[in-house]
Amino acid sequence: MRDTALSLDVQATGVAAVDLRRKPRLGEKVIQSFLLICAVTSIFTTVGIVYELARESLHFFTRQSWENTNKRIVADVGAQAATFEVSQGGAVLREGDIVRLDEEVMQIVSRTSDALTVARGQQGTAAAAHDAGATLFKASRATLREFFTSTKWNPQIGHFGVLPLVISTLITSSIAMLVALPLGLSTAIYLSEYASERARKTLKPILEVLAGIPTVVYGYFALTFMTPLLRSILGRDVVEVYNMASAGIVMGILILPMVTSMSEDALSAVPNALRQAAYAMGATRVETALQVVVPAAFSGLAAAFIVSISRAIGETMIVAIAAGAGPAFTFNPFQAAETMTGHIVRISGGDISYDSIDYNSIFAIGLLLFFMTLTLNVISQCIVRRYREVY
Amino acid sequence: MKSISANGAFEENIPQRRRTGQIWHTLFQASTIVGIIFLSALLYSVLNQTFGLVAIENQVDPAALAVGGVSVEELSKEQLVAVLQEHVSKGLFRRFEYDRPFAQRSREEVYRLVWQHVVAPQAVETWSLYESIFARDEIEAAVAEEFPDATLQFRSWLNRRLLTASQSSDPEQAGIRTAILGSLWTIAITILTAFPLGVGAAIYLEEYAPDNWLTRLLQTNINNLAGVPSIIYGLLGLAIFVRALEVLTSGAMFGATDPTTANGRTILSAGMTLGLLILPLIIINAQEAIRAVPDALRRASYGLGATQWQTIWWHVLPNALPGILTGTILGVSRAIGETAPLVVVGASTFVAIDPRGPFSKFTTLPIQVFQWTARPQDEYRNLAAGAIIILLLLIITLNALAVVLRNRYSRRL
Repeated sequence: MRDTALSLDVQATGVAAVDLRRKPRLGEKVIQSFLLICAVTSIFTTVGIVYELARESLHFFTRQSWENTNKRIVADVGAQAATFEVSQGGAVLREGDIVRLDEEVMQIVSRTSDALTVARGQQGTAAAAHDAGATLFKASRATLREFFTSTKWNPQIGHFGVLPLVISTLITSSIAMLVALPLGLSTAIYLSEYASERARKTLKPILEVLAGIPTVVYGYFALTFMTPLLRSILGRDVVEVYNMASAGIVMGILILPMVTSMSEDALSAVPNALRQAAYAMGATRVETALQVVVPAAFSGLAAAFIVSISRAIGETMIVAIAAGAGPAFTFNPFQAAETMTGHIVRISGGDISYDSIDYNSIFAIGLLLFFMTLTLNVISQCIVRRYREVY
Repeated sequence: MKSISANGAFEENIPQRRRTGQIWHTLFQASTIVGIIFLSALLYSVLNQTFGLVAIENQVDPAALAVGGVSVEELSKEQLVAVLQEHVSKGLFRRFEYDRPFAQRSREEVYRLVWQHVVAPQAVETWSLYESIFARDEIEAAVAEEFPDATLQFRSWLNRRLLTASQSSDPEQAGIRTAILGSLWTIAITILTAFPLGVGAAIYLEEYAPDNWLTRLLQTNINNLAGVPSIIYGLLGLAIFVRALEVLTSGAMFGATDPTTANGRTILSAGMTLGLLILPLIIINAQEAIRAVPDALRRASYGLGATQWQTIWWHVLPNALPGILTGTILGVSRAIGETAPLVVVGASTFVAIDPRGPFSKFTTLPIQVFQWTARPQDEYRNLAAGAIIILLLLIITLNALAVVLRNRYSRRL
């Protein structure tokens, strides 16, 4: 009705009729769909990450690799024989093990000290005759249990325990947190509760510069400055050239700006009324800071710490440069031990073939790393949501 | 504060509490200073390695090459060729001739060959800046004793050769030219991938998205992606871009295959991987910039009969642009310094030829720093320090640009 009234009005003034009804605008729809696709890309990224990590990890856990047992058959074995003699020495074989002789796969039914009784022609292979002296290979396959409990990691020869890598990751991250937490929190308290406007204006850019320096530079710093420093203080016999302590300390310096700026944000968000109330009660500055402001900002601080831990665990270049190559199961921070990220970098740095246990193994480590950091990030988000004090 | 209730004890307590306060204050201040000391130590260790004394030993003393009393610098081209023929092996000489006949080479070129292959200066030992300044006498004595033929010279490892020479197995010849070009190519691809996608996603989330499960999922997902370690993106790039999309990323689809690369480990893969890495950062920053545009502007535009897209394109985006650009620059400066994902995607360990396009093999500045740092020779550490300074200059310039943009436009609305 209103439309007609309007057009009547317009007609009355002698201008051509204007149709003001809503029109379908195809162009707008196309643009909106394009923008939606842009937004959905981020979901594809996540799906891609989870899918690829899971797929290659599945290969890692289902893949059969052959380990040389150094055992040979003593005499020629016909295609029908179910029992044959094997040489002494070499790896221990158990009942139920899958073994391979040339191209034929068989399963051990029972064994005595020098003879094996097997089921021939397993896994789709045909039973065939074998000459004396042929070597036995034992099938090894990563199991979840071995992955999480064994302390040896070398997938190429059938050692699938990820613990050495996880332990050294945890050690470097803990050292980093020992450096970054106290320093970061104190700096944040200083910046938000003590520093003058001018001091804050000069200090914050310095922190931002520190935060913008690429991690590879920190790695260089660890190797050329921190390691020699540690070695000259503690002695060359104690500290190895590549060690977790140096990498951890420098990693702490790396996450220091992050801890500081997140903590400072949390502290600044505490309303001034709380501080004034504390002063009115006769509290000194430090009592106000430590007993009123810090508890009030607790959720933000906790979130900052957890996010920093997750950052430390995922940090790569420092440990790749300074913590040493080659997995080692050690709790001594002054020894070399490869972390999860360092291992991924070293393995993928060489030309690896796509169809190898090494290729699958870095994705399995990546999946574990992804879950560790994701869990920490989700926890920090929950803390913020759950414990945030709303003023 | 429990003593407040006790009468009289309150005042006795005050000096004690003040002292505690003072101690804590000093502690807080000290930790701030420690942070600054760390930054200085880091810069110091880099600068310390960039400059310093070098003991250089020549394979052949240039004075011995003089012909008839004319020093080697003033020899004619023909004489230089003769010198070269006399001192290098026949095979090597033939290779020079084969690469480019001597008749076509200029005198300077021949002179450079003589210098590289006959005189062949090698740094036998290097010292840091600190040692060079404070222990110069001892160094001179040590050099005179250990390397009597060597000359001592003060060198800045950050020099023109470092910038213009390509990668080489001889530290005297090595430079970061290929690495810088590789970085620039990679970053170009990164921006082309991440900027349109990131800004598009931010516009959708801020201007169009209804409040439903999909939007909440998108937002949570973006926040979580920002916390995923960069090396995981490297694994994603390796599996998707390098391996699954090899036809596309190696350039085989376009028939533009670089003969030196037969696989997907190219600049294109690296750039797209970094693009995905900084995507969440760009989205979050662009969202904030768009959110900061006042609603009055949108209503005014709608009031004049503009459609939603016209409003966004003509009013929201121009006002949000400085913020969006600031976020993008910060993302780019992060991407320039990223090393781990590129190692995983398959940066080449040794590239001596300039990249010619998105389908070339690549190395980047941080990768070069990583590789030189990992080598045991001292000269490579010095070269790495020089490369780090270039990298830091690049990143600080970008960050400064972002800060200027932010300060300049932040007060306009």
